[in-house]
Amino acid sequence: MAENQKQNYLTHPKGIMSWLLTLDHKRIGLMYLFGGIIFFFLGGVLALGMRLELAAPGNDFMSNETYNNVYTLHGAIMIFLFIIPAIPGALGNMLLPLMLGAKDVAFPRLNLASFYIYTLGALFVVYTIIAGGVDTGWTFYTPYSTTSTSNVIPMTMGIFIIGFSSILTGLNFIATIHKMRIPGLTWYKLPLFVWALYGTSLVQITATPVIAITMVLLILERLLGIGIFDPALGGDPVLYQHFFWFYSHPAVYIMILPAFGIISEIIPVHSRKKIWGYKFIAFSTLSIAFIGFLVWGHHMFTSGQSVFSQIVFSFITYFVGIPTGVKIFSWILTMYKGQVSFTPPMLYALSFLFLFTIGGLTGIFLGAVALDIHLHDTYFVVAHFHYVMQGGTIIAFLGGLHHWWPKTMGAMYNQTVASICCLGVFLGFNGTFFPQFLLGLRGMPRRYATYDPQYAELHNYSSFWSGILGLSIFIAIMNLLWSLRKSNKLDPGTNPWGAMTLEWTHTSSPPHPHNFEEEPVLEHGPYDYDKVIVEPTFKK
Amino acid sequence: MDRLTEYLFPKQVSTFAADIDNLFYFIFYSSIALFAIVVFGMVYLAIKYRFKKGDEVRLTSSKDHSNILESLFFIVPLILVSITFVWGIRSYLKMIIVPDDAIEIKVTGQSWFWTFDYPDGGTTLNELVVPSNQPIKIVLSSKDVLHSFFIPVMRTKMDCLPNRYNVMWFDAQQEGVYDIFCTEYCGTGHSQMGAKVIVMKPAQYEAWVADLGSDDEDIPLDELGAKLYTKKACNTCHTLDGSDLVGPSYLQTSQMWGEERVFDDGTSTIIDDNYIRSSILEPQTKIVAGYQGVMPTYQGLLNDRELDALIAFLKSLKEDSQI
Repeated sequence: MAENQKQNYLTHPKGIMSWLLTLDHKRIGLMYLFGGIIFFFLGGVLALGMRLELAAPGNDFMSNETYNNVYTLHGAIMIFLFIIPAIPGALGNMLLPLMLGAKDVAFPRLNLASFYIYTLGALFVVYTIIAGGVDTGWTFYTPYSTTSTSNVIPMTMGIFIIGFSSILTGLNFIATIHKMRIPGLTWYKLPLFVWALYGTSLVQITATPVIAITMVLLILERLLGIGIFDPALGGDPVLYQHFFWFYSHPAVYIMILPAFGIISEIIPVHSRKKIWGYKFIAFSTLSIAFIGFLVWGHHMFTSGQSVFSQIVFSFITYFVGIPTGVKIFSWILTMYKGQVSFTPPMLYALSFLFLFTIGGLTGIFLGAVALDIHLHDTYFVVAHFHYVMQGGTIIAFLGGLHHWWPKTMGAMYNQTVASICCLGVFLGFNGTFFPQFLLGLRGMPRRYATYDPQYAELHNYSSFWSGILGLSIFIAIMNLLWSLRKSNKLDPGTNPWGAMTLEWTHTSSPPHPHNFEEEPVLEHGPYDYDKVIVEPTFKK
Repeated sequence: MDRLTEYLFPKQVSTFAADIDNLFYFIFYSSIALFAIVVFGMVYLAIKYRFKKGDEVRLTSSKDHSNILESLFFIVPLILVSITFVWGIRSYLKMIIVPDDAIEIKVTGQSWFWTFDYPDGGTTLNELVVPSNQPIKIVLSSKDVLHSFFIPVMRTKMDCLPNRYNVMWFDAQQEGVYDIFCTEYCGTGHSQMGAKVIVMKPAQYEAWVADLGSDDEDIPLDELGAKLYTKKACNTCHTLDGSDLVGPSYLQTSQMWGEERVFDDGTSTIIDDNYIRSSILEPQTKIVAGYQGVMPTYQGLLNDRELDALIAFLKSLKEDSQI
């Protein structure tokens, strides 16, 4: 038994090939995490480069061409190589089978294949960077993208390939959730993170083919001039926008739903309290995933689409807002009569509630057609989606990373440093992006390398705080990595937050290579803090 | 509220600007109220139920729903967004229904400048001149990629497409000179693709229109060239101080007058009047090494005297820099 307990998936089996050819979902999750963090770093450096250029009005730091490449790569890398794969690929892979009491995902080989497809796609993107970049914006709007002389084809090819990784992961997760649950683990006893992954997977397998088709059409248009998007050949650039947003709006939910899942885990555990409105959160996840398919036209309010379309898209957009709002209230009320600990994961969750609420509410401004026409393609939009994507998804990802770090890595980071970094991220984020709402209201357009001096003060302020934001995230990640030093191992029985989902109660930290030594028997629901006491344990 | 509007927004110049700003304030104050509830609730609950040192881990409340609260969370936002939606559509209709007595001006976006064609003939570049208190209908299109025509003080914008026309309108209530931006990314010169809208009193506008096309007859060539340099948007891509933008600086070309210039295909030529003339009219045939061939042709946009003027202006830069 003692010998057996020492075995964990990190150290057993050994050797580089045992990692590269592993079928273990936990190792695959870690490899995704590794890839994701590298691209997060790269995307972050590009972002800081942009803020440096924008600190003053002129071309002080880079030329227009360089800036256009940098902002395009920042967007494409952050979205396609980090945010979309990060939570499902890394945390989802790592945790889903553990939460279900399963030995692995339904199709372990397919899971490894997904990772290598992601790697192949990432290589195309890296090639694009080495070959001189791409300057179309991550949206690849035609006809600019069909006429630009930059490396549009390798970049779109990379996105096309990564799409398959996304589809296969979604397929794998759906099969796993349906078929791999232990007896007694019924749908309403699933942790909400699993519901979130389920909703995400549905969107992944239904929406991603559309971006794949769009990217192929774009490549064909460039290579063969098939005339579907290029007006000179009888095509229609607005058609491209419809195709693109038909994927890319649902993709917003691929990015944010897993974050909702993480928040739904962190808040009850660190408040030691049954989650408020379990069924509502579960079903709103699915309804948001569905309604997300019907609102793509709100990205095109100034494209000249028909008045009728404008009205319909504006109307449906608000139906995403309502369930999202009720979710936020549910998370807050979860703390009612609980025992709230201000641990680093909880601080990230509270930051999420603050920042994501701003992100959501500013979406209401943009959903009103008349107001959107003023705000469209200005910094107001830039600020809005950063509040959702970074203030929402990335903050939740960092919170999840801190929450499950002792579980998956068997080590505890310095919690004081982690809390200070969380505060730094919170302040740095608001300092960077709040001024951008004001810039947008005053009419500052996005994707500008230089700008009118009337906007200089707010830009300068934003740039200053972006340094604090970048530094805080960097130290937070270093703090996590530093915890992995040899002398810092936790006792395998550690459950530092007193969580009661299967990954905490039935396997060691880090988990056994086969997850559970014997099939776990479900004793209680995921949030039964009103029925069962799970003492937090924290031993070295 | 006026001071807040001054801080948050550009001036309200069009007839519908105030309405749109008011819609903003409605959403703004509703959002602040909801946001205050969220933040207050969060901070209050987190502090009130915090786990203090020495507290024992115990079973907590099983309360996980409240029909009254949840109905409130559903109904209040629903009412607020319903008002927002209807208001948004009503204001939008005001923005798209063009009054019958509007003057129609054709706006063409092209990388990276704007051309304005007036109803009685005459064209301007990067300067849209309109009378105040008069509806102006703008018909938009593009000669190449997508652009978007944005006038912040009018609170309106619309995309310019290469294959169809889009329409927007405004009625300016205040004379002045205001910014126009391109808001759809269009490549290297996107951030320089700005223009101005000049709102004049109607009488002044009449005089301006009558004068359009007939001016510039009797000013010296190099002075006319200096005017054209900004008027015809040369300044978007070419500087006068030797620094690089999208294209080579005029100063550099001027200083190299009579010397050899090397092109990206390896050929070269002596910089003289004919070289400059052909560079303006057929910019794609000879591209200076180190630059991208992105300049559009000015064939039809400049007459012979204007071409002479630009060449004279360019030549004069060398002498100016020697003083």
